[in-house]
Amino acid sequence: MKNLVEVMNLHVGAVTDSGRKVEIIRGISFSIAPDEIVALIGESGSGKTTTALTLMGYTRDGCAITGGHVFVDGYEVSAQTEHERANLRGKLVSYVPQSAAAAFNPSQTILTQVIEIAQIHKLGSRDEARRKAIELFRALALPNPETIGDRYPHQVSGGQLQRLAAAMALIGEPKVVIFDEPTTALDVTTQIEVLRAFKKVMQGKRIAGVYVSHDLAVVAQIADRILVLRNGEVQEAGDTRQILHAPAHPYTKTLIAAYEPVRHDRAAADSADAPVLEARNLSAGYGAPGQDGLPVMLAVNDVSFTLKRGSNLGVIGESGCGKSTLARVIAGLLPPARGEVLFNGKALPGLASKRSKEELRHVQIVFQLADTALNPARSVSDILGRPLTFYHGTRGAARNRRIDELMDMVRLPRALKNRLPGELSGGQKQRVNFARALAADPSVVLCDEITSALDTVVAAAVTELLQELQRELGLSYIFISHDLNTVRAICDEVVVMYGGRKVEQLLPGQLDGGARHPYSQLLISSVPQLDPGWLDNLKQNAKIVEQFAHE
Amino acid sequence: MTEDIASRRAARGRLGWRINAVGLIGLAVVVFWAFVAIFGPMLAPYPVSEIVDFDYFGGMSAQFWLGTDYLGRDMLTRILYGARYTVGISLAAVMLACFIGVTMGMVAATVGGWFDAVLSRAIDALGCVPNLLLSLVIVAAVGSSIPVLILTLAAIYSCGAFRFARALAVNVNTADYVKVARARGERLPYLIREEIFPNIIGPVMADFGLRFVFIVLLLSGLSFLGLGVQPPNADWGGLVRENISGLALGAPAVLMPSIAIASLTISVNMLIDNLPTRIRDRSE
Repeated sequence: MKNLVEVMNLHVGAVTDSGRKVEIIRGISFSIAPDEIVALIGESGSGKTTTALTLMGYTRDGCAITGGHVFVDGYEVSAQTEHERANLRGKLVSYVPQSAAAAFNPSQTILTQVIEIAQIHKLGSRDEARRKAIELFRALALPNPETIGDRYPHQVSGGQLQRLAAAMALIGEPKVVIFDEPTTALDVTTQIEVLRAFKKVMQGKRIAGVYVSHDLAVVAQIADRILVLRNGEVQEAGDTRQILHAPAHPYTKTLIAAYEPVRHDRAAADSADAPVLEARNLSAGYGAPGQDGLPVMLAVNDVSFTLKRGSNLGVIGESGCGKSTLARVIAGLLPPARGEVLFNGKALPGLASKRSKEELRHVQIVFQLADTALNPARSVSDILGRPLTFYHGTRGAARNRRIDELMDMVRLPRALKNRLPGELSGGQKQRVNFARALAADPSVVLCDEITSALDTVVAAAVTELLQELQRELGLSYIFISHDLNTVRAICDEVVVMYGGRKVEQLLPGQLDGGARHPYSQLLISSVPQLDPGWLDNLKQNAKIVEQFAHE
Repeated sequence: MTEDIASRRAARGRLGWRINAVGLIGLAVVVFWAFVAIFGPMLAPYPVSEIVDFDYFGGMSAQFWLGTDYLGRDMLTRILYGARYTVGISLAAVMLACFIGVTMGMVAATVGGWFDAVLSRAIDALGCVPNLLLSLVIVAAVGSSIPVLILTLAAIYSCGAFRFARALAVNVNTADYVKVARARGERLPYLIREEIFPNIIGPVMADFGLRFVFIVLLLSGLSFLGLGVQPPNADWGGLVRENISGLALGAPAVLMPSIAIASLTISVNMLIDNLPTRIRDRSE
């Protein structure tokens, strides 16, 4: 057999809790040559992880390989006993999980866990394994390769832990490594280092790989070939460049089109207008106030901005930069330690409970995860109806009519009215989440990463919807995100935050090459592009990376 | 499409309300005792305190199904009447305990800060006195009557309900939908009633059942010590006390009320351990 991995007409089925049989993977075939990296890409539920896991002969609880063959290096893993498979895992096929933080045992040192596979398979003495691990740490560009293994998982950063998880996968010298969204949980500046390390090691050792991801731009940097999956079927398979530049299948085209949301022209905000919302020297944080009257853990430090009526302000930055805390302060969930928020020129009280209904109504917040932002015990119509009754006193038939209108506005079928949030899809939930904010009839909507948890295509549709509603209702958005493409499409001005401070304010046009502050430059240049050569050609000032990247 | 959704919802419904065999047995016994508590006196073959047999500690016979007690009264009648006291007092006490405890727990978790700290420590202090000891002291001091028993049991067991509900509510309180409600400007009563309570109801129901069992046992214990329901009336614990001298004779008069207590408590446990998923875990 020429190919290292040969998957033929794979079928994976599952039995649901109610006893119904569903087919998750419906006849997928592909092959991987030695030293080739194949990416599986698709939205959540497309079966990409399920497919990748079958290379280890593994399926999640309740699932089973119901048809087809999976050959890895001549072994038919799909027909082996569990014992035979266990013997191959780690030696022939290994796995790098999405969240390394969850995959490491917090009570053992990293080295013990990294060399565990070598010990299980009796691949030489502990000292040999240790030497090999240190070699891998060095190859993965980890700092202090000699001693990093003596630390515990919580003593290293997220990006380092992800690389350590790769070291764990590589220690048994496998021929195929499965990467399951390994950089999805990382910040963009960290992601670059991790991707570089993966790429270097995989090429250096000539190992074949399966890279599972929903992010085309990331996949473009590392994969030789791409398989586009949807509903358990291959939509299109091809060379990375061909998929990116000449996609043949309509679904692939949508996927690539969704990558950069379209910016809709609308009447430019009248600059003469008084600002609808203004923040003046806001400082806020958590913990008891210190001697200077500021909280011990200061999350937002002296941030000011103005938002003009009908315009949008983007706030970008990496995790921990204080952007979500800023939204909490504006919404009145966290009182500012210093500074004030002004609505139409009038200062708002710090706490929501001190604000009047009218003040509350005008500023609405929409959270990132619609799963947790909707009360699981209440139906869609209850969720949408409450702000109507609360702010406007609407009841009975008028309330029902308004709920229908809101559902139409966010393009939700009215039939979903009596469903509980658990019975909706991710995109539908986010629409309900947004419709609830609209129900208040607000002037300003704070959008806290509202598209981040959605699949690219769904996120693009939601972004489109936001722009449409803005045109119709004259809303202003504060759009908090780490996704530069979305921010670029929606916002009129962009605030870059780092370490609680506003480092720079830019116009969307300036995002490409117009940033002055070194952190803004680093952040903007770190966003992967849909270009296979992007990572290799990327040059960043090492000093700045060291100064700002969350390593 | 619609058909698909309809069938899926039907499947969910079937799944959600399904109860397994153990839970069903528990439910049957609980329903049986509830029936007895309500209609017992109508079913009783003899007046409750009438001496119907010259023999005492009589065995089971066609005339006296469960034998007779130490005075020669019909045991079946005594148990049927006793069910009303045991089940009634316990149910009233557990409802009161859970209402007070769960409400205060949710308020403490939602308000937070010093209010929560003070209330939690105060209730911890009350909760660390042994239950039986505390109830003995209170009942001995105030004197035993049914309202006193109910209030004492409720006060003692509301501590546990408070801590349990507070722990659950603290988690729910940090959820985004509660934050949204706060940002909307909702007040405390709405927050606890609509946002928090529906999401802790499952575990609270299970806790309700467990607490009921504890209260039945404590009430029976108090009656056994002579501080519970006073003669000539008797709950099941009191029946055991009255007839304890029959233990050496193996009289059904002492065994049957014990079995009644055991069957009620065990079946409540069996029921709450196997509640339908719909009730037990509403978030799924």
